Amino acid sequence: MGLQISFWIFSVIAVGGGLIALFERSVVRSAFALFGTFLGVAGLFLTLGADFLAWTQVLIYAGGIMVLYLFGLMLTKPSPFERNLRRIGLALGLTASFALLFFWRLFAGAEWGALPAAELPAPEPAARGIGLAFLRPEGWLYAFEFASIILLLALIGSVYIARRRSGPPPAEEAS
Amino acid sequence: MELGAYLAVSAVLFVLGMAMAAARRSLIYVLMGLELILNAANINLVAFARFKPEIGLDGQIGAIFVIILAAAEAAIGLAIVLNVYSRFGTIRPDDIDELRQ
Repeated sequence: MGLQISFWIFSVIAVGGGLIALFERSVVRSAFALFGTFLGVAGLFLTLGADFLAWTQVLIYAGGIMVLYLFGLMLTKPSPFERNLRRIGLALGLTASFALLFFWRLFAGAEWGALPAAELPAPEPAARGIGLAFLRPEGWLYAFEFASIILLLALIGSVYIARRRSGPPPAEEAS
Repeated sequence: MELGAYLAVSAVLFVLGMAMAAARRSLIYVLMGLELILNAANINLVAFARFKPEIGLDGQIGAIFVIILAAAEAAIGLAIVLNVYSRFGTIRPDDIDELRQ
């Protein structure tokens, strides 16, 4: 019962944040609405028994990625990005109809062998299991190390791409 | 809650993210839509891991890898956006049409 109530609360937060982010006039405010979405998704992870993943989501998405996007919004010109309702409605209708079709196809012949909610075993704290799975060679050790290399490459690459170049920008020469 | 409820929430979030990316108000807005799409995929991964016990923790580990790649994507994408801004003076995707002309 408590799980159902928390599922509804968190999914309303997540979907509502997404709706506000889509229809909000100012892009900065839709970035703040996405904070709500990410926190709601973290709550959904909690109701699924994924405690470690929920806190990772709060730390990385809400604390890291969205702050990065806010920095990006504030480093660029705060020009009025107009809200093109026609284009939003078109995109929403198109993707929603495709998603409905796909969802319906999935559910028409769905036999995933999923347990009903009443028969699920009680969730255990997942952090220890995840750590062991990451650091065992028969688990995900190589993928884990590869991910760290990818993060290092992304860090160096983004610093290289975003650095301020000396000399006039090529766009001014062309014009 | 059953598996289908989580899949439904994930589908709604996916549609919202896709519409954000397709609305193309600004490059950063498109990137935020992509993050929403990745979050929807994560909900699916974790929900299947919970409702099918033979998957176990592997679903959550997949979701962690998605978060890692999303962080890398955000850093690279933002660097590209800043570069585009310093070159074109705008980050509206409709204004950046040099190749189209």
